[in-house]
Amino acid sequence: MSEAARIQTDAPDRARPTAERAFEPKIVAFFCNWCTYTAADLAGISRMQYAPNVRVIRLMCSGRLDPQFVLAALRDGADGVLIGGCHPGDCHYQEGNDNALRRFEVLRRMLRDLGIEDERVRLEWISAAEGDKVQKVCDEITEQVRALGPLRLSVPRRVETDETPGAPAPRLVGQEAR
Amino acid sequence: MREPERDRASRPPSPNGGPRIGVYVCHCGLNIAGKVDVQAVVDFAATLPNVAVARDYRFMCSDPGQDLIEQDLRDGLINRVVVASCSPLMHEATFRRATAEGGTSPFHFQMASIREHVSWVTADADEATEKAKALVAGAVRRVALHEYLEPRQASVNADVMVVGGGIAGIHAALTMADAGKHVFLVERESTIGGHMAKFDKTFPTLDCAACILTPKMSQVRSHPNITLWTYSDVVSVEGYTGDFTVRVRHRPRYVIEELCTGCFECIEKCIHKQGKFDDEFNEGLGKRKPIYIPFPQATPSVVVVDPETCIWFKTGKCPQTCVEACERDAFDFEQQETFDEVKVGAIVLATGFKTFDAARAPEYGYGTYPNVYTSLEVERLLNAAGPTGGEPILRDGTRPRSVGIIHCVGSRDERYNAYCSRVCCMYSLKLAHLVKERTGAEVYEFYIDMRAAGKGYEEFYDEILKEGTHLIRGRVAEVTDEAISPEEEGRLVIRAEDTLMGVVRRIPVDMVVLAVGLEPQSDAQEVRRLFNISCGGEGFFTERHPKLAPVSTFTDGVFLAGACQGPKDIPDTVAQAGAAAAEALAMVDRGYVMLEANTAFIDEAACSGCKTCVGLCPFGAIAFDEERKKAAVNEVVCKGCGICVGACPSGAAQQHLFTDAQIFAEIEGVLEYV
Repeated sequence: MSEAARIQTDAPDRARPTAERAFEPKIVAFFCNWCTYTAADLAGISRMQYAPNVRVIRLMCSGRLDPQFVLAALRDGADGVLIGGCHPGDCHYQEGNDNALRRFEVLRRMLRDLGIEDERVRLEWISAAEGDKVQKVCDEITEQVRALGPLRLSVPRRVETDETPGAPAPRLVGQEAR
Repeated sequence: MREPERDRASRPPSPNGGPRIGVYVCHCGLNIAGKVDVQAVVDFAATLPNVAVARDYRFMCSDPGQDLIEQDLRDGLINRVVVASCSPLMHEATFRRATAEGGTSPFHFQMASIREHVSWVTADADEATEKAKALVAGAVRRVALHEYLEPRQASVNADVMVVGGGIAGIHAALTMADAGKHVFLVERESTIGGHMAKFDKTFPTLDCAACILTPKMSQVRSHPNITLWTYSDVVSVEGYTGDFTVRVRHRPRYVIEELCTGCFECIEKCIHKQGKFDDEFNEGLGKRKPIYIPFPQATPSVVVVDPETCIWFKTGKCPQTCVEACERDAFDFEQQETFDEVKVGAIVLATGFKTFDAARAPEYGYGTYPNVYTSLEVERLLNAAGPTGGEPILRDGTRPRSVGIIHCVGSRDERYNAYCSRVCCMYSLKLAHLVKERTGAEVYEFYIDMRAAGKGYEEFYDEILKEGTHLIRGRVAEVTDEAISPEEEGRLVIRAEDTLMGVVRRIPVDMVVLAVGLEPQSDAQEVRRLFNISCGGEGFFTERHPKLAPVSTFTDGVFLAGACQGPKDIPDTVAQAGAAAAEALAMVDRGYVMLEANTAFIDEAACSGCKTCVGLCPFGAIAFDEERKKAAVNEVVCKGCGICVGACPSGAAQQHLFTDAQIFAEIEGVLEYV
């Protein structure tokens, strides 16, 4: 089954069968280990309830974020992507979040070219003490993406992959790789 | 379920064969199972590619839980492990250990946080179960690609550093020095002793603070294993766990420490016959000369010259009577800042607190009415070595006939600090006792709640009640000098609602004492950055775990003691300092630390020699081989952030445990089943 087809058939099944809940956005989040992931733990310890649509992937630093991760997530079925790092000046590795910000700005221009709305991909600085901000941001992005509706790319979501043994990653081809 | 071809292609050779994954879903009592349908997650996991075993257990972190993993590994059923339970920040080390015990690399393990990230934050049970499945799928997809990595070790420097010379730092330094470690104790002020040195008595036993503190101070001074650096601060910290290089700046005191004998002849002979400048140690209530010692038992007993007020520094015209008086030729007006660089294995931070600035609460009149004091000022007034020789007298020299003490100034107040400062109730009761004892004044305490939790505290409160101190329950509205009756004329009036009587009362007093709360040091943020640790929302340093790791931080090798971690009384501070010292000792004594495996490495075949990574590394861990035109990562220096990996245009830079392939797999996993 193609990725695009799966998204349309599988996704909404579990949601409550009311009209406004028919579309449940899928959000992938990349959180840095030291600030934002810890903040998400704090939100948990504090029992702050938030939208279950956000799935967190832990990176050691937001500077590890390869823009391809965002593209891959959108290709693989995410309707939005959230990136969380330490506040400027607070990076555990001194300046990884600066790198993340610079890459994010470039990525954002590329996403606009692809017709992907700004609200779908968001970068937030969330310190280890800001569990409430994790709650707020996760709720916000879920609602914003819900309002935008499912992400529909003009290219097929599943694309050719590099079959070379030991290749580190599938490469995007066609329009997405521009 | 489909397994994409490239996963197999990119899987590194593993000494124990292809991936056979065991998935273990933890109930955590009802913490997870109360929300997530654990059975459904197990059933789902069993259908995922490469999963050989899927089990659930009530507490995976318990011994029987870990045994499940170890047994399955030993039985050869599995060679990779996924545990779906709490946060990796909580139990990753536990399960890595179990995985290693089972006979494979501890890094053939991945955790899915279905407690902190799912059951505790999701209202709907079905949604929680679905999210848990997605996170498990991500972990399963990813762990299949985990490399076989050996744990790495690094040796630990034998010496240790303590930053801050209050009672916490003193106790931690002495404990470690007694255990035979060499301790560098760094203190910003010209003497150690901290806030405790300013107090007269300590609650609830009313021991004299100096009597219990000064022996410890002189022990520090004379201990062969302690290098005491006062008037000094840490300017940079480099290196990593077990191997920190710390640069310390020594500010000039214009007196050579080694030569000064502490005779204080120079202070006596200063051209200023009387103290003229506000005395910081006495909270500005007394006056000092430009050459001074903060208090008689200051340690080291070495005078300090204040260049801001010294006539020689200001005008260059002074007969230098102080220099003349010194028999040891200890003066050096040309003294400059000097620096020392030391290598230490562990650091204990004991940087303490500051008190709330009472002027921020204008309704209490601090700074407006001269007879409104902070509690720290009254501590100095009550101290025999203080500006009034221990007499709590007002600024005009008279004795107060009645004194009002206002609790919770700057604490339990959403305008300033929401937290309770923990010590104010008890020190206020102590001040009530001392003021009453020395002046016979009527004492009124205005409190919100009386917090007397501690050994002997409630009994102390009962004692103070019996002494006749008036306790009024209610937050004070204002302190005013507007009199509405002859009795109030010329006095301060405390207006408060007495919530037990249900009336608004006006109590005229001669002296108001504001029980100011405890706040983080004003430079806590800079210190936090220096040592690469974090602060909570209120600004105190964050411990690794509030209950189970209260003195460690997220930076291994940096420990916390005392009020820099949160408001604390002296018994708790000393207990925590001992704990921090013990944990630092445990690390240093073992002689080595285990390092994280997540360092970067370069796939030379793919490296095009563009040098993008070389300049990006914040730690200078990447060198460039000009001959071969390839980058190379020094894994000892690499801290494992992955900044170079995110930037490498050819995918040649990779990070162990965070390779592109692993993260792509996790992305697919969390999206595959939603």
